Amino acid sequence: MSPVETWIAAFLTLCVFSFLYRDNPFYRFAEHLFVGSAAGYLLAVQYQNVILPNVVLPITTGKPTPQTIVLTLIPLMLGLLMVARVSPRFTGPARWAIAFYVGIYSGIAVPGYMQAQIYAQLSDAVKPFAPGWGAVNSALVLIGLLTVLAYFFFSAPHQGLHGVSARVGIWFLMVAFGASFGYTVMARVSLLISRVQFLLRDWLHLIPMS
Amino acid sequence: MTWADRLLRLDRRIIFLLVAAGTALPLLMPVNLPISVSPRVEAAYQTIDVLPAGSTVLFSLDYEPDISAELQPMTIAIMRHCFRKNLHVIALTLYPAGPGLVEPAIRVAATKEHKVRNKDYAFLGYKSGFQTVMIGMGESIRQQFPVDFYGTPLDSIPVMRGIRNYGEIALLVNLTASSAADYWIQFAVGRYRKPMVLGATAVMATDYYPYLSSRQLLGLIGGMKGAAEYEKRMDLFGDARRGMDAQSLVHVIVAFLVILGTVALFASGQRGPAPRAEKPQE
Amino acid sequence: MYLGPILLTFVVGATLIALYFIPHHQAQEINSELLLWATIVYAFALILGSVSLWSVHAQRIRQRISGWPFSLVTLFALLGTTFMGVAWGIGEESPLGRFYSMVNSPLASTMFALLAFFIASAAFRAFRARNVEATLLLVTAIVMMIGRVSVGEFIWRGFPGLTEWLLDVPNLAAKRAIAIGVGLGAVSTALKIILGIERGYLGRTR
Repeated sequence: MSPVETWIAAFLTLCVFSFLYRDNPFYRFAEHLFVGSAAGYLLAVQYQNVILPNVVLPITTGKPTPQTIVLTLIPLMLGLLMVARVSPRFTGPARWAIAFYVGIYSGIAVPGYMQAQIYAQLSDAVKPFAPGWGAVNSALVLIGLLTVLAYFFFSAPHQGLHGVSARVGIWFLMVAFGASFGYTVMARVSLLISRVQFLLRDWLHLIPMS
Repeated sequence: MTWADRLLRLDRRIIFLLVAAGTALPLLMPVNLPISVSPRVEAAYQTIDVLPAGSTVLFSLDYEPDISAELQPMTIAIMRHCFRKNLHVIALTLYPAGPGLVEPAIRVAATKEHKVRNKDYAFLGYKSGFQTVMIGMGESIRQQFPVDFYGTPLDSIPVMRGIRNYGEIALLVNLTASSAADYWIQFAVGRYRKPMVLGATAVMATDYYPYLSSRQLLGLIGGMKGAAEYEKRMDLFGDARRGMDAQSLVHVIVAFLVILGTVALFASGQRGPAPRAEKPQE
Repeated sequence: MYLGPILLTFVVGATLIALYFIPHHQAQEINSELLLWATIVYAFALILGSVSLWSVHAQRIRQRISGWPFSLVTLFALLGTTFMGVAWGIGEESPLGRFYSMVNSPLASTMFALLAFFIASAAFRAFRARNVEATLLLVTAIVMMIGRVSVGEFIWRGFPGLTEWLLDVPNLAAKRAIAIGVGLGAVSTALKIILGIERGYLGRTR
């Protein structure tokens, strides 16, 4: 980035950080600028990387066959119907595009989740225990899985053995959520470190460039 | 009002100042605390390291600027590793705001390792739709990506010659901040049996341990800390490693705040939620 | 009641499931073509989001709703970036590429960086060891926060091992159960959509 661009980026960074004191017009300016420019960038990328190569080029370069034209015009029509959804008059026709799109993703989801998330995980859960002391960990993982599943089983009241299992399941869940929280703190701090690195290094030159 | 009550009503901006200072001071005065490489990062490193030269690695870099702090240094470090091993790199992104980050990341990694676009690597750009692109590429990469990010037909790109679908890909590296990882596991790993390494934001890293156990993932690099470990393994000193002192100090501050808040709550005799801080005028 | 779209969803969904199991090259070509169509329709769905944003802010300006000058900023940014990208491309050195590095990237990353402050404040105010479950969560979070960074290893050499165990055993067990639950939920929802039992995605039915 040129020095002017760095100064603008630093100004916008400080505009957003100003929200920490309280809401103010600088923050609101930055927020609205971000929303507009992100939406505009998205439009430009869709045009340059999807519509141009996958819709425009196939029917404008060389000598496209009738089959190519038809196969390109169908998704184009569906896409335009999707965008027409913005007008209440086209809500009806837009449903065809939504129906197609939802059908595709539902069809994909069934074998995908069945294989990778249900079958593969269950299969790994019932493999023989690790040798030696690893068996303790393997047993704990199996107990944890069964008790957490017991907790998520709401078709029967959590009483008796089911209640005890669900209680143990909650403990496993709490440890997992605690781990997630620790990692979430780590993630958020990383984002802040990066912005402070930018301000101190690229803008103020208080720390050496990499 | 007791000290505990006063503490519980602490202005949140004092906490903000503490966090800001905890971030800035170690960056200004680094002590470079030692970093150890975790087994999951080591596994990711080894998975790439054992690939024979000339193998093709597919990078799906599915992130946007909001979390680039975690994944951008990771991208650069892993890509430099691939280049050092003379592996061919094909990169793409499934996030619409991704190209603006991915393109410079590849350029930085390639420049540092003296690699040339189209000869050693290709950037295919962005394509919408997550699962549809992933499965579509399993049949034909060219149907989903007829041209690369720069508008060059894939057949004209030397590094893409002979690459039709996942059959010619040795390893998938997915760096992501979203459910894209789940879909890559479902389709590239589940359906097309490709080995995969995941680089994830720290927020989501803990969710993928079951997939490591089932060997659906061969390695996991979590957040900026994971990136720093990879940099260390590569003997690099990038942005991630530079940030680790600050990461340590802010973690200590947050842990201290949690303990302090709990102690203050018990001392004040309250058991319910803490009272709200004085809200700044808006 | 939208019989046509419901039938389309059924046909497309059922076809995609069937094609998953048929390795024949012609079947896979059809599969590929359908997926490409979906890729294109998905792009238009994202465009719909931007168009919708435009209409919301244009309405705010027309009706002079409080804060409407900020909506002008949004619309100018939307128009300007779209024009730059369509006219001159989106490469790193293009006008939009430079604008992205100067505006989009710092704004997006700083918005999320704010969360570091709020999570610290929330941790101080809301994280309480009120019972066994909350204590487990709190202790694990503190162990992870300290144990995963360099200072943790400095304090106690066993910290990294302990955090690895927490992630590899109790965390793995709970996350696996959640993954299986999510998988079952996703499959049943998808099947309900394909079979026309779930129709909410088509909007209000009469």
